[in-house]
Amino acid sequence: MNEAHHGLRGWLLSDAPQSRLQARAAALYLGWLAFRANPLAMLGLAILVLLFAVAVFAPWLAPHDPFAQDLANRLQPIGTEGHLLGTDSLGRDILSRLIHGARITLYIVGLVALIAPLAGLLVGTVSGYAGGWIDMILMRITDIFLAFPRLVLALAFVAALGAGIENAILAISLTAWPPYARIARAETLTIRKSDYISAIRLQGAGPLRIITRQIWPLCISSLIVRVTLDMAGIILAAAGLGFLGLGAQPPSPEWGAMISEGRRFILDHWWVATMPGLAIFTVSLAFNLLGDGLRDVLDPKSEK
Amino acid sequence: MSALDFEGLNVWFGEGRDRVNAVQGASFKVASGESFGLVGESGSGKSTILRALTGLAPHWSGKIRVMDRELDRGKGRDRAFYKSVQMVFQDPYASLHPRQSVDQVLSEVLYLHGFRDIEARIERLLDDVGLGSAFRFRYPHQLSGGQRQRVAIARALAPEPSILLLDEPTSALDVSVQAEILNLLCDLRAEHGLTFLMVSHDLVVVAHMCEHIVVMQQGRIVEEMSVSDMRAMRVTHPYSQSLLEASLGYRRAQL
Repeated sequence: MNEAHHGLRGWLLSDAPQSRLQARAAALYLGWLAFRANPLAMLGLAILVLLFAVAVFAPWLAPHDPFAQDLANRLQPIGTEGHLLGTDSLGRDILSRLIHGARITLYIVGLVALIAPLAGLLVGTVSGYAGGWIDMILMRITDIFLAFPRLVLALAFVAALGAGIENAILAISLTAWPPYARIARAETLTIRKSDYISAIRLQGAGPLRIITRQIWPLCISSLIVRVTLDMAGIILAAAGLGFLGLGAQPPSPEWGAMISEGRRFILDHWWVATMPGLAIFTVSLAFNLLGDGLRDVLDPKSEK
Repeated sequence: MSALDFEGLNVWFGEGRDRVNAVQGASFKVASGESFGLVGESGSGKSTILRALTGLAPHWSGKIRVMDRELDRGKGRDRAFYKSVQMVFQDPYASLHPRQSVDQVLSEVLYLHGFRDIEARIERLLDDVGLGSAFRFRYPHQLSGGQRQRVAIARALAPEPSILLLDEPTSALDVSVQAEILNLLCDLRAEHGLTFLMVSHDLVVVAHMCEHIVVMQQGRIVEEMSVSDMRAMRVTHPYSQSLLEASLGYRRAQL
C-alpha cells in the first residue's frame, strides 16, 4: 500500500473490502468521486442543498412574516429599506414569501418524487416480468394515462378532488407515473432473460423475490436519473396549477401562485412576478444539472 | 441407480409455423457419480436439454427422471429439485448480478435454501472454489473472468447439490484459465461425489472431464460412446468421426 492509500481514503478505495459496510461505503465513495468530477452537477447539488437549508431554517432566515400585510408599503421596488426584493400588492415582503415558499416547493417535489416513480416501478417491473395478459392490461392502462396531456389531466383531477396543495400533489403524481412504468418495463425486459435471473430462478426464488431483489436494484438507478430530470417539470406543473388557481391557495406563498398574483402588475411592477419566476427557474435548473451528473454516475449503460 | 434419465425427449420453441424443434427423441442415462458429456456443434440442441431439465425451456415432451423421480411437465420444479440439481452457466460475465457482491449472491442463495449458518458456509464455499475470504465483498466488476466463474460455481454448490449441470463452463474463458477451472471442477467432483452433465463443443475438454459421451447433431443424438472408445477412435457414425478427426487435426496443427 502506498502513501496515498492510508487512512479513511485507503479504507474506502481498498480492492479487498473486509466487511459489508466497507464494500457499500466504497461503492458510494467511488460514485461520489465520479460525481465530484462534474462541476455543473456539483453546482446543482449546492443550489439544492442551499434550498433545503433555506426551507429548514425559513422562520429564522425570513426577515418578515410572509403573511403580514402592510398596505401602506405595497408594491415597493427591489432594494427598498427593509424589503430586499420589494413587496407585493398587499405589501408582503417578497423575500420572506420566497423563503417560506421553498418549503412548499420541496414538499411538492418530495412527495411527487416518492409516489410517481414507485408506482411506475411497481407497474413496470410486474408488467415486464410477468408478460402475457398482465403485461397487456397494465400497459394499456399506462397508454390511456399517456394519451392525455399532462396538465389537462391534472386539472381534471384537481377539479374533481378540489383545489389544494395535497390534491395538486396527487394529481401530478397520477399524471407522472406512466413514463416511469415504461422505463421500468423496458429495463425489466432486457434483464429478465439474463443468466443471473435464470441462475436465481434455479435456486428456487419466486417472482416477487426476483422482482424486488434482482430487478429493482437495476431499474432504480435509471429511474432516479429520470426523476431528477423530471423534477423541473414537476415544479413547473405545480407552479402551473398554482398559477391557474388550482394548486396552493392564497395566501400560501407558493411560487406559482405568487407569479399568478403578480401577473396583474407585470408591466409596472415587474419584480412581483419575476422574483418567484427566477426562484422556479433556479431550482429547476439545479435539478436538471444534478440529474445530468447523476446519469453519468448511475446509468449502467454509460459505465466505463 | 441413474441420476438422470432422459427418454424420448423432445424440446421445441414457438408454436405453429414458428415452431423450431431443438431436440428430437433424445434418450440417455447418466449414472450416479458419473461425468457425462454432451458434444456437438452450436445449435445442435445440447444446451437446450439442460434448459428443459431445469425448467428454463418450458415446452418439452417425453420423460425426464431425476434420481428415479419423474419430472412433472406442467408444473415448475420444486425446492427439492433445486436442492439436488444445479447449473453453472456458460458466460460468467452474464451470470452474475452486476450490482451484487459475492457475499450478497451467496447469502441470498443460502437463505433461499433455508440454511442457518450462512456466515460459516460462505467462508467454506469460497475456500472450496479457491477464492478465499478476501474476495467475499467484491463486486463482479472487481473480478476476472476465471474468478467470476469460480463465484458462479460456488453459487451452484451452495445448496449442496448431487448433480451439477455444466453449460460450456470454460468456453468464455482464456485458455490458461480454462485448465484451472476444469481442474477445480474435477477436484470438486471427487470431493463432493458429484454427478456431472457437461455440455461442450470441445472434444479435448470432454475427453479430459467425462467418462461417457453423447454426440448430437441437429437436435438428434447420433452416437453414444465411452471416452476409451473415443480415444481409440472406435466410432461408427460419420459425423462423430469427422468431429474427432477435426479435433485431432487441430491438435497436430498446434504442435
